[in-house]
Amino acid sequence: MQVPILKQGAYLIASIQSALSDADLMQLRDALVAKVSTFRSRGVIVDVTVLDVMDSFASRTLRDLVHMIQLRGATTVIVGIQPEVAFAMVQLGLTLEGVATALDLEEGLAYLDLKTIKKVSNPRDG
Amino acid sequence: MDETRIAIRVDMDVVAARQSGRALAVELGFSNTDATLIATAISELARNIILYAKEGEIILSVLHKSEPCGIVVTARDKGPGISNLEQAMRLGYSTSGSLGMGLPGVSRLMDEFKIDSRPGNGTIVTVKKWKR
Amino acid sequence: MRKNSDHHTSTRSTVAHTPDQLLSELVAHLRQNRTQLREEWARRITEAQLLMAMSKEEIFAEATSVYDNYVEALETGTLEALQAYSRNLSERIIPRGVETHEVVGIVLLLRDVLARSLFAKYQGDFDKLNRILDAYEPAANRIAITVAVGFVQERERTIRDQQEAIRELSTPVLQVRERLLILPIIGLIDPHRARQLTEQLLRAIRTNRAKVVVIDITGVAAMDSNVANHLVLTVEASRLLGATVIVTGLSPEISQTLVNIGVDLSKMNTVGDLQGGIEEAERLLGYRVVSVRDVAAIQQP
Repeated sequence: MQVPILKQGAYLIASIQSALSDADLMQLRDALVAKVSTFRSRGVIVDVTVLDVMDSFASRTLRDLVHMIQLRGATTVIVGIQPEVAFAMVQLGLTLEGVATALDLEEGLAYLDLKTIKKVSNPRDG
Repeated sequence: MDETRIAIRVDMDVVAARQSGRALAVELGFSNTDATLIATAISELARNIILYAKEGEIILSVLHKSEPCGIVVTARDKGPGISNLEQAMRLGYSTSGSLGMGLPGVSRLMDEFKIDSRPGNGTIVTVKKWKR
Repeated sequence: MRKNSDHHTSTRSTVAHTPDQLLSELVAHLRQNRTQLREEWARRITEAQLLMAMSKEEIFAEATSVYDNYVEALETGTLEALQAYSRNLSERIIPRGVETHEVVGIVLLLRDVLARSLFAKYQGDFDKLNRILDAYEPAANRIAITVAVGFVQERERTIRDQQEAIRELSTPVLQVRERLLILPIIGLIDPHRARQLTEQLLRAIRTNRAKVVVIDITGVAAMDSNVANHLVLTVEASRLLGATVIVTGLSPEISQTLVNIGVDLSKMNTVGDLQGGIEEAERLLGYRVVSVRDVAAIQQP
């Protein structure tokens, strides 16, 4: 089950459509990192609204993804974590430290706009 | 039929196991939050099987001798076993989500937690959650 | 001759006196004397000052229903109808403050009233009276237990519902502004309530699309390490949804507890009081509060 990656201006949007196996997740990570380079994207949104479980592997892969993209100079935001999933994650000690999160796609876009515009218009602010 | 067995060999089996677990929890009337906690615990247990024992099975069963009913998840493998259980229960916990055993995390998701493991004899983890 | 007659009677009675037949004879007796026994029972209830919360008419109406259900349970030996009725009755009388001892009392009175009428009817035939009582007693006991247990269960259910309602009420998630929620926590927090609080807050964040949450714990007197850790989990889970949490109103005692048990406070955004917390939240949301006079001054150059 491949995750479709949408290019929207300077951003890439990956909307997960169904439960993912570990291999799918790693494939998503690699594809996003590659596409950020190809399209010189400034921001990435990963929409996990449909995920009903986020275990240690998924959290770690997402965190790695965010850090790898950061090394490419782009910002990532994870959107759509469900209340129950968040509750289970923190019980497991998975807090996605250092990873930006937002409520949904709309909020994620607003976050990226804020982050990336700031970077361009006033580098001293960053 | 009170028991479901799911063989765990490849990573897709992890998804299958947690989906059956969630379906069973929902069928028994567990809240959405509890069903998610159960599914997450199963995911971690199944993952441990693949990581440390290569293969094994997840067994789901129902406890309904009396109200409230409960769900039992047993993770069984014939892997190398754990030599230092105390350490496993301590070391696994990691706020950064690194690849620990995650066993203390699992015990926090569930109401009851029991582990039986000896080097060379495999590992059996049994966890329970009661319907509130 | 006399002996012969006795023999004759007892032969007949062996045939006529299987427990089932005894019970149907009993039921027929109770049906025949329904009006009188029911009145007697209602009178005894009033006399014993039971069900004081109800009027005489109400008592008589309920007495009639219980009586009929009682006789039916004796006749059929099945308790389902009586069980349903006693649940229904309990539902109606619990809100009026009827106590467990009253319900047990009235059922025992009915048992007594009926037993006395049996004594009166069969006083000439001790042998038969004994057998009738043998058949009556276990059935009557079962019925009394059913009604009493039904009442107690219903009351426990009511109490549980009320506790649930109180818990819900005691943790209101309030929306003060668009995207800003306030959760004022008052009173004792046990693990059950702590968890419920978190679930409620997380759902509210999603449904209200909240960006900032102020958790005010001014009204919390004490906090043990479990609850403190739970608070940290709540803050972390809220962040995963994309909301920032500000904790306000930490008392010096609680602050000390948190430090002593080594709760990681670096993840917690704390502000002294609720007002300061709301101001901080507004700042985060990009609001600026300006007095109306100042706005007027700006608009009139």
